[in-house]
Amino acid sequence: MQKIIKSKIVPLPRANIDTDLIIPANFLTTTSKQGLGAHVFARLRMMEENFPFNLKKYRDAKVLVVKKNFGCGSSREHAVWALKDWGIEVVIASSFADIFFGNALKNGILPIVLEDEIVEEIFVKEKKSEGYELEIDLLRQVVKMPDGLTSGFAMDPYHKECLLKEIGDLDYLLSQAKQIENFNKRHAGKIFFDTTIL
Amino acid sequence: MARNIIQKIWDSHVVVMKPGFPDVFAIDLHLIHEVTSPQAFQMLREKGLKFHASERAIATIDHNVSTALNRKIATAADSQKQITTLRKNCSKFGVKLMDMDSGRQGIVHVIGPELGLTQPGITVACGDSHTSTHGAFGALAFGIGTTEVGYVMATGCLLQMKPKTMKVNFIGGLEKGVTAKDLILKLIAQIGVAGARGHVIEYVGEIISAMSMDERMTICNMSIECGARAGLIAPDEVTFEYLQGRQCVPKGRRWVEAVRYWASLVSDQMAEYDQVVEVNIDDMAPMVTWGFNPGQVIEVTKKIPADADGQALNYVKLKAGQKIEGVPVDYVFIGSCTNARLFDLREAAKIFENRKVAKGVTVYVVPGSEEVMRQAKIEGLDRIFEAAGAMFRNPGCSMCLAMNEDKVPEGKRCASTSNRNFVGRQGEGAVTHLMSPIMAAAAAVTGKITDVRKLLK
Repeated sequence: MQKIIKSKIVPLPRANIDTDLIIPANFLTTTSKQGLGAHVFARLRMMEENFPFNLKKYRDAKVLVVKKNFGCGSSREHAVWALKDWGIEVVIASSFADIFFGNALKNGILPIVLEDEIVEEIFVKEKKSEGYELEIDLLRQVVKMPDGLTSGFAMDPYHKECLLKEIGDLDYLLSQAKQIENFNKRHAGKIFFDTTIL
Repeated sequence: MARNIIQKIWDSHVVVMKPGFPDVFAIDLHLIHEVTSPQAFQMLREKGLKFHASERAIATIDHNVSTALNRKIATAADSQKQITTLRKNCSKFGVKLMDMDSGRQGIVHVIGPELGLTQPGITVACGDSHTSTHGAFGALAFGIGTTEVGYVMATGCLLQMKPKTMKVNFIGGLEKGVTAKDLILKLIAQIGVAGARGHVIEYVGEIISAMSMDERMTICNMSIECGARAGLIAPDEVTFEYLQGRQCVPKGRRWVEAVRYWASLVSDQMAEYDQVVEVNIDDMAPMVTWGFNPGQVIEVTKKIPADADGQALNYVKLKAGQKIEGVPVDYVFIGSCTNARLFDLREAAKIFENRKVAKGVTVYVVPGSEEVMRQAKIEGLDRIFEAAGAMFRNPGCSMCLAMNEDKVPEGKRCASTSNRNFVGRQGEGAVTHLMSPIMAAAAAVTGKITDVRKLLK
């Protein structure tokens, strides 16, 4: 992903948004990763006319801002694929569910954790100012507000590099083939189940 | 240094530890289903990779399979395509598929243990968040996304950061009518839906030791609903007894060897945890969710909290301060990876016996696997359900997640033994109340949310 992303935000001031809400199960019958953006938040978009993803003014926003425990529930990676396909590149939350956090990183979506108060402040300020934008600097690990204030965020160096260089974990895992083979030999005695009987 | 069981299993599966990198972490057993695997198999094809250890993987069809009596073909074309795709992938990559009518098909978290594949000390991965179920055997079992499913297929490994550990100690004894499901709901009520984020939980307590494997699986299954990365229970005699003689379990000398190893997998006496939580279960009543997440849950004898979340109340069409008991239901679902095992069906059947489903209530009883179904029929449970006016269907995930034809219609209210009461989880505009199988059975025969203990007297 780009080192610096400057974009409008989609504010979604809710906590505990589960992956069923991000992409309902009836859209999981696909065998592809493409085209899920059309159904992102399908249920909420149907239930609430003024749901932010229904509003034209937020259509180009690349940054989604939410409250705590975003992406809880099902492990479905389709939730990340749907957000990505819609155009979301960064999700800012006061916390994430573990599986969603990992899935996001693997698909080039940057999950940023900011303190509750800062997230609340973003909601308040976005409401007040037309064309509110945030600047996300992954290299320096800061979020820059329109008033010039900045807020740092944590990111482990490994995933930061993966995001910046757009490389996945698979190459690293494949490069460890020899060690994996040696491990498997050592470890075989501890595995007692046998599928060959099935 | 003293270690807990989580740390012991973790340490024995670290393949490579390199500063600045997550650990390369070995997965022993890979469980596959039709929904979260097609894109991962596709990745193998695109990159020209082999399946690393197909002898340590099995697949089944559960999420979008029909549970109707004649269920060969899924009603939706895309679901059918997903099923066909899994069949093709399994045959190409040499993965054993527990297909419909094999006698072994079922919900992935029901059949793994049932076949004897889920064993103490192993690591398990599956593209499904309820993989934590397998922790009941003292296994470290992670729900993963599809990209990671692809990693396990290609390398047998994941890249993982070491989890924190949490000990959850249930203190006290259970009253009749209070079950494993109520305990896990009580924990979620206490610590919240993100209370165990970043942690793997070890469940302990006399009450856990006294539980059957089916009950332990219910507890571990819902670990994810309080945000945990996994949840487990140390193996003991109950575990070994369950496993002995199952299809994929060794016999003779190898069995003795296995039990010796498994018995060593307990937390050291002085082991420490990042967090310790005590849940007092004395005098607790059966639990029921009132809102739209599993943390919005109260005892059936209580009222919906005065400060209940308005958005949730609005969705479930209930009021703050209202009693949860007596709320009428339209549907009852007894099934899912949480509560579709033989123990669950036996307990539910005791409530249905010599009673009738209340007028206007539709009841689905969906066994977790073909094996559970077979056993239930041998014991005559199917006849009890049917005599009461409930449907006894074919195995699958069914009404838990609204991705097959089993759905709760819009505006209807369901008493459900599943694991999530999210908005629309069981169908667009449907309302879910999570509870135990006997509580769901009580709702079925009374037509409303009822304290099952009244029917036990």
